[in-house]
Amino acid sequence: MKFINYLESITGIGMYPLVSLIIFVAFFALVTLYVIKGNKEHFEKLRNLPINENK
Amino acid sequence: MELQKFQYDNKTVKMFAYATILWGLVGMLVGLIVAIQLYLPAANLSLPYTTFGRLRPLHTNAVIFAFVGNGIFMGVYYSLQRLLKARMFSDLLSKIHFWGWQLIIVLAAATLIMGKTTGKEYAELEWPIDILITLVWVVFGWNMFGTIIRRRERHLYVAIWFYIATFVTVAMLHIVNSIELPVSFWKSYSVYAGVQDALVQWWYGHNAVAFFLTTPYLGLMYYFLPKIAQRPVYSYRLSIVHFWALIFLYIWAGPHHLLYTAVPDWAQSLGVVFSVMLIAPSWGGMINGLLTLRGAWDRVRDDVGLKFLVVAVTAYGMATFEGPMLSLKSVSAIAHYTDWIVAHVHVGALGWNGFMTFGILYWLIPRLFQTKLYSQKLANMHFWIGTLGIVLYAVPMYWAGFMQSSMWKDFTPEGQLKWQFLDTVTKMIPFYIARSIGGALFLTGAILMTYNLIKTIKVGTFLEIEEDEAPALTSNYQSHSKEHWHRWIERKPIQLMIVSLVVVAIGGLIEFLPVFLIKSNIPTISSVKPYTPLELQGRDIYIREGCYTCHSQMIRPFRSETARYGEYSKAGEFVYDHPFQWGSKRTGPDLARIGGKYPDSWHYNHMMEPNSMAPGSIMPSYPWLLEDQLDANSTMSKIKAMIRLGVPYPAGYENIAIQDMEKQAKQITANLKKDGIETLPDREIVALIGYLQRMGTDIKVKATK
Repeated sequence: MKFINYLESITGIGMYPLVSLIIFVAFFALVTLYVIKGNKEHFEKLRNLPINENK
Repeated sequence: MELQKFQYDNKTVKMFAYATILWGLVGMLVGLIVAIQLYLPAANLSLPYTTFGRLRPLHTNAVIFAFVGNGIFMGVYYSLQRLLKARMFSDLLSKIHFWGWQLIIVLAAATLIMGKTTGKEYAELEWPIDILITLVWVVFGWNMFGTIIRRRERHLYVAIWFYIATFVTVAMLHIVNSIELPVSFWKSYSVYAGVQDALVQWWYGHNAVAFFLTTPYLGLMYYFLPKIAQRPVYSYRLSIVHFWALIFLYIWAGPHHLLYTAVPDWAQSLGVVFSVMLIAPSWGGMINGLLTLRGAWDRVRDDVGLKFLVVAVTAYGMATFEGPMLSLKSVSAIAHYTDWIVAHVHVGALGWNGFMTFGILYWLIPRLFQTKLYSQKLANMHFWIGTLGIVLYAVPMYWAGFMQSSMWKDFTPEGQLKWQFLDTVTKMIPFYIARSIGGALFLTGAILMTYNLIKTIKVGTFLEIEEDEAPALTSNYQSHSKEHWHRWIERKPIQLMIVSLVVVAIGGLIEFLPVFLIKSNIPTISSVKPYTPLELQGRDIYIREGCYTCHSQMIRPFRSETARYGEYSKAGEFVYDHPFQWGSKRTGPDLARIGGKYPDSWHYNHMMEPNSMAPGSIMPSYPWLLEDQLDANSTMSKIKAMIRLGVPYPAGYENIAIQDMEKQAKQITANLKKDGIETLPDREIVALIGYLQRMGTDIKVKATK
């Protein structure tokens, strides 16, 4: 792939994009998991924050 | 638990609301004036200060940073205090923030019409103002984080996440893109050149859309839409997922503004891939907004504020569907440089930002003044006039964009270009007229709103002291033993900011590192030489007059473009361009290879009266360039600055630059004289002709060898 050719001239920089991408994908997967598994009451409370402010 | 009493700061909210309305009217009015100038060039009154090239940056800056900027602060100051159950951190900081931002706006307006500009789109303001923006932005962040730290509500509602991401990302974008070397108090050169400058600029430019026009307004949507509709947001889970995805993906998308240009191919592809993916989180936000109203649509009928919000969110959905489509290379090949793009951004600016702001104002002002809106009828009228205005604006521009693009690409059966560029311009006139009617309607609506709100304010009394009470947060918060890690982020603003910064920095780094560090991304061309002092001065006039607002300097590798303009542009041709001037719109033809195409006298006459050389042209005339004397004294410091930026002039060249400049100027005056034009060699026009005749000729030199 052409992308790699450009990066080859710097030692190790070829790993940078891969590593950061993996970091984000992992983070994103965890967020998704959290959102699916998360406590329903907790979300319900957060969801109502703007509505309940002047109760 | 003991309840603490506190007061909300409504005064700052009110001031930002007033500023939003005022600058909104100014920004839209300037927009209307430039729209009219496109079919009536004389509407610039033949003054340098009111020509298109100077007013168009004023329009974009006024709408983005003055109208939407104040709108953001209005919404943030109102919602932040209430979501956190705390008064803004410091009244003094609020004051500095408000007046500092207005000072920036006034300075921006004054300098832009004076022609003091960096020549980088949406970042035109010169370095002293850039520094001021940074300082005021820090004050805003300081005030916001101070409030967050003193909050009485443990959890940060999703709107606040968007505010935090906005704060940190705009800071990063503004600082990185504005790194420039001052030449004098009101003149600087971008430290980046050519392709690198283009990449940084559109990384900034696209994310100005993302993090100034989108994320803060999504934050406002997440607060005000549920608030006005009296219904919680449809899905809080969706808001978490779409927040992280949106801020991560957005930052990569910049290169889609540079498809088929001299930017390395891999960077273009990267931009396309991420732009296409962006549709998911964008629509996540839109769907979340619209579904919040499920079962409450009857309220939309009765509440005019909600009507505005519904159209705003719908416009957001349309614009964010269109964006990824425009990022496809084949679609970009048609749409880029045309008025299609102008239509696209106005669906966002008029629909999403404009209508969202109006909707919030109609709800907020009566609340702040403890009264009812003066006239529901007028507000409804505003809604319909505004909506009609958007339609009348967008439809002609879409049509015109398609038409112009297909005319540019039209060949006769014999293989010749079918249309002169000028033909495609004159065909646009009816569409430009229709567009300005749409814009005028939109402005009329905003004036109606202003009248309505002033009347409302007159009958009401301002709620200066609004009290509330809430228990203080206990410092020994016992987190649930099995607390989820994400909740840890949700509770901690600084963590949230740092994670956001990491997320947004990833994309930027991957795009920039290779282009900056690796030579092969920008192959050098040995025949490309630095500009002569006269050409450099001419280039600065080109920048000052905002020529880039209508002319590109980037020939894409299409048959239709190489046949019209000449050899396609190469990355190596721009290595001394601080800043790059590729432009993004072709209201006039591309100028990348204008050098040598016409005699010097043609340019002289054309700048004096464009219609004399190109009948039907809508370019304004520039009589002052023929009379004004060039500021020759600046030459030395300009060459010095270029040397510092790495442009390879011989050592000590700054000392003899003036002599070279005079020599070249005399040559041009002699050429003009041959065609019967008498002018002094120290006039600005001579320098500009020098620059225009140089453009794109370097690689031709090689071809003749």
